[in-house]
Amino acid sequence: MQKSKLAPQRAGAPRRKASPSPAAGPAVPRIRGVKAADMAQIATLDATVTGLHKAAYWQRVYRRYGVGSQGQRHFLVAEMDGRVCGFVIGEVRDWEFGAPPCGWLFAIDVMPSARQMGVGALLLAALAQRFRRVGVNTLRTIVASSNAMIQSFFRSQGMRAGHLLPLEMNLEAEQGGLRSEGHGA
Amino acid sequence: MKLQKSTLLALYSVLEFACRPEEHVSAAEIAEKYGESAHHLAKVLSELVRAGIVESVRGVGGGYRFVGNARRLTLLNVVVLFEDPAQELPAPPEEAGAAHEVLAGLLAEIDQMVTATLGSVTIATMVKAIEQGRARTLPGV
Repeated sequence: MQKSKLAPQRAGAPRRKASPSPAAGPAVPRIRGVKAADMAQIATLDATVTGLHKAAYWQRVYRRYGVGSQGQRHFLVAEMDGRVCGFVIGEVRDWEFGAPPCGWLFAIDVMPSARQMGVGALLLAALAQRFRRVGVNTLRTIVASSNAMIQSFFRSQGMRAGHLLPLEMNLEAEQGGLRSEGHGA
Repeated sequence: MKLQKSTLLALYSVLEFACRPEEHVSAAEIAEKYGESAHHLAKVLSELVRAGIVESVRGVGGGYRFVGNARRLTLLNVVVLFEDPAQELPAPPEEAGAAHEVLAGLLAEIDQMVTATLGSVTIATMVKAIEQGRARTLPGV
């Protein structure tokens, strides 16, 4: 799974209409909980973006975040013209890294053909709303430092650097170099 | 990180222009607001004009106007016109060896975070934040 590549809209460029019907105006995506019948479209959306087909993985995600949500886990989709055009997945995590319960967003994606229409913003707002309902007032996520586009999207939605700092190490390079007398651990 | 004076002035100028896209803002107004000499500001603005971020309109009612793409242009795009945000360590004494290598690696980590942050914030995002800040400071809002 890959975080969404939601390109900011070009200044001055007209917003693309999602519906061909001039009477109805641009279609507004409907945000709702995921259904089992959506999973094939979600797997296809993910494969379109990442180039990897992971059907079994998506079934596991559905079992964990779709049917087994219990109010703490959320798997939402954006539906437009009867098709799934985006999704967001997140959950409330309690006391992770010593932090009070907070909402974690771990995946958001929008079909390339539906980008620049505000679908990502709607999905993010819907997830945030669900977190607020259970008393959570912080939303977190993690992004690749090299992925400027998704960072720009989150920044445009008001997210900024938090107080947690991700660290990592190459276990192969450090093999045999780890010391048991580490600082404070 | 500490940005050079010219870089900061460029960022302030771009934001001033981008917040008022329909107006021609005079250089004198920017110079006075940020306490800079008109001469220094003129150099900064000419660089922004050359980069296609602002345009200058001469004559009565003239001034500068933002013509960049606010949703594409990032703070990093402006910063790199004036300086390289990555720090270059001066050549170390020969004895420094591994210490230099480790220190350079650490500074590169910091540079990566700075560059990623500046490169992820668009002018549109900055303008939105500024407008929200203004709304919060208005009485009764």
